[in-house]
Amino acid sequence: MLRILNKIRKTGIVTEPVARDRSLDELGIELKRLVDRRMRGSFAIRAVDAGSCNGCELEIHALNNPVYDVERFGVHFVASPRHADALLVTGPVSRHMVAALQRSYAATPAPKWVIAMGDCAVDGGEFRGGYAVLGGVERVMAVDLVIPGCPPTPTALLRGLLALLQVHDGA
Amino acid sequence: MSRFDWLSELLARCEDEHVLVRHGSARRLRPAHLLEIDHEDWGRFAAVAHSQGCRWSAVWGEQVDEALFSLNACFAYRGDYLVVRAPVAIRQPVLPSQAPWFPAASRPERHVQDMFGIVFSDHPDTRRWTRHKGWPEGHYPLRKDFPVAGLGAHDVAADADYPFAQIAGAGVYEIPVGPVHAGIIEPGHFRFQAVGETVLNLEERLGYVHKGIEKLAEGRDAAGVARLAGRVSGDTSVGHTWAACMAMERAARLSVPARALWLRAVLAERERIANHLGDIGAVCNDVGFAFAHYQFSRLRESWQRVSDEVFGHRLLMDCVIPGGVARDLDAVQVAALKVGQGTLRRELDALLPIVDDHPSLEDRLLGTGVLSLHTAVQLGVVGYLGKASGVDYDVRRDHGYAPYHRLNVASPLATSGDVASRVKVRAEEIGHSLALLEQLLDGLPDGATAVSWTPPAAGAEGLGLLEGWRGEILCYVRFAADGRVARFFPRDPSWLSWPALEQLIHGNIVPDFPVCNKSVNASYSGHDL
Repeated sequence: MLRILNKIRKTGIVTEPVARDRSLDELGIELKRLVDRRMRGSFAIRAVDAGSCNGCELEIHALNNPVYDVERFGVHFVASPRHADALLVTGPVSRHMVAALQRSYAATPAPKWVIAMGDCAVDGGEFRGGYAVLGGVERVMAVDLVIPGCPPTPTALLRGLLALLQVHDGA
Repeated sequence: MSRFDWLSELLARCEDEHVLVRHGSARRLRPAHLLEIDHEDWGRFAAVAHSQGCRWSAVWGEQVDEALFSLNACFAYRGDYLVVRAPVAIRQPVLPSQAPWFPAASRPERHVQDMFGIVFSDHPDTRRWTRHKGWPEGHYPLRKDFPVAGLGAHDVAADADYPFAQIAGAGVYEIPVGPVHAGIIEPGHFRFQAVGETVLNLEERLGYVHKGIEKLAEGRDAAGVARLAGRVSGDTSVGHTWAACMAMERAARLSVPARALWLRAVLAERERIANHLGDIGAVCNDVGFAFAHYQFSRLRESWQRVSDEVFGHRLLMDCVIPGGVARDLDAVQVAALKVGQGTLRRELDALLPIVDDHPSLEDRLLGTGVLSLHTAVQLGVVGYLGKASGVDYDVRRDHGYAPYHRLNVASPLATSGDVASRVKVRAEEIGHSLALLEQLLDGLPDGATAVSWTPPAAGAEGLGLLEGWRGEILCYVRFAADGRVARFFPRDPSWLSWPALEQLIHGNIVPDFPVCNKSVNASYSGHDL
């Protein structure tokens, strides 16, 4: 136990802004301000993999690591679409995931947003034109925001979430 | 021990069992040995390979012309690889299965059945596997008459009527889970039958992220296939791209500069370490040990940032290209990599002992999700999953390929086969990979980082085999005219590890499923293709 406490003490707080990325700090403050105002302090996201290669999922995980620690901005990933304000959809929408994606959308209470994350979710990406994919989330449901990248970095993801809230902030 | 010194014995057994070997070649799919047999001997050959002690590795088909499929299966023995090939008439595409001898062949053969319409006559399980409702029954995507874009509008309904195995009895109840899981992970369906908290049976239903990768590769050039291979499974981008490039370079008889090979190995070991770090933390998280989760995810983040700074991508995508690698390293970058490695080693020296003897972690991980050596061998599992159950095989060490054949490759081994062993093996692999990275960076040869790609003649084929972070990756590529790819088949090790998860969960409690699943961490995308 002492070793654990010691390691925690020595590690300190790794959550940025301490390190290099000042822009992350500013990004976070702005995001937090908007989440507070627009979402009353809590922005709940349900991630749905609709045929991703798992690259996007790894970067969503990174958003939850102690360096980005996205929960400090009021953004958190929830287990059920029923608790979500937004769906974060990855992948080119494989035909075999269409029904599950639609059901996840139906289970999300309105008002709700749909975010298409990654090049695949935007237009099918590397898998566009294949028999087994629809080629982007837009083919199934209205998309409020796209975050391109293969995969988008955690910072790009944060910027995307910020942009979504800015667009819908009082406009 | 010389290479293929066991082959004459196998050929003699073939003769005893009346398996007619029509042709053999040590060159065509080098370094594998190719044997051509008749389709009716397909099952009997598996019996011979089984009696020899071979491990079953992969099966893939291909439509050769209007009348013929060609079916291939790969076997491994003592670090050597053997590919058997049989022609199958499209008019009557029926042949015996290899699954009665090798359970590992069961789902891959069902994939072949769904994609080509080839029927395995004595297959123990003829239900569809990869196909849900994405295309109509009776149509086969990898046949040449099936358009890349598909057959137009068709059903995208849920695959609601898949016939799962049933268990009846007092107190038995069923838990359907997925395809959308509670966490941020890939989709797949698990059907549990349980009594109280104890799992009686688990059946997996995969295929939800099937993207038609094999078909999409047809007609692409080498660079396009390499890009696609990098997205077969996003966590194994280096592994699959390297395997695909290895196959294409062998087909083209292209010799890759030593510096490029050394850099590929640097990328591959970095990918291995990144995934092991993330997963060790995630296993701890699944039993509520948040401390380790945060520590390891912090280490993974630092590691990925160095990858981004030096190689330009956090997941190292598109760094391997046909003919070499996309970027060179200068002295400053080598130094940056070494600093990162040193830091990681120091951090792990402090962290791993904590994980290793933390009582509550021991309580949850020791004896949980046991995969016995017997089952592991039966299922032919590879990588850390096999190593944790006593299967001592590593493609880098036992098969040997450049640059590992010039390095000192160590591979860990455990025998208990539980979650704790898998964590331990992966932690040790990080240490070995760090040692390899030091050897690689210290011995980095001078010279070019790539040669220009020259496409081979139509019909040229090649096989890539390497140790990805999950274990053995196999990749087959055949070229058509104009440098276009006619067939691309990537076999992720997850094909072999998914069936093991169904076995090792028996008798465990339902709440331990997440930690068991994470300790195996098979890829959905790499499997569903």
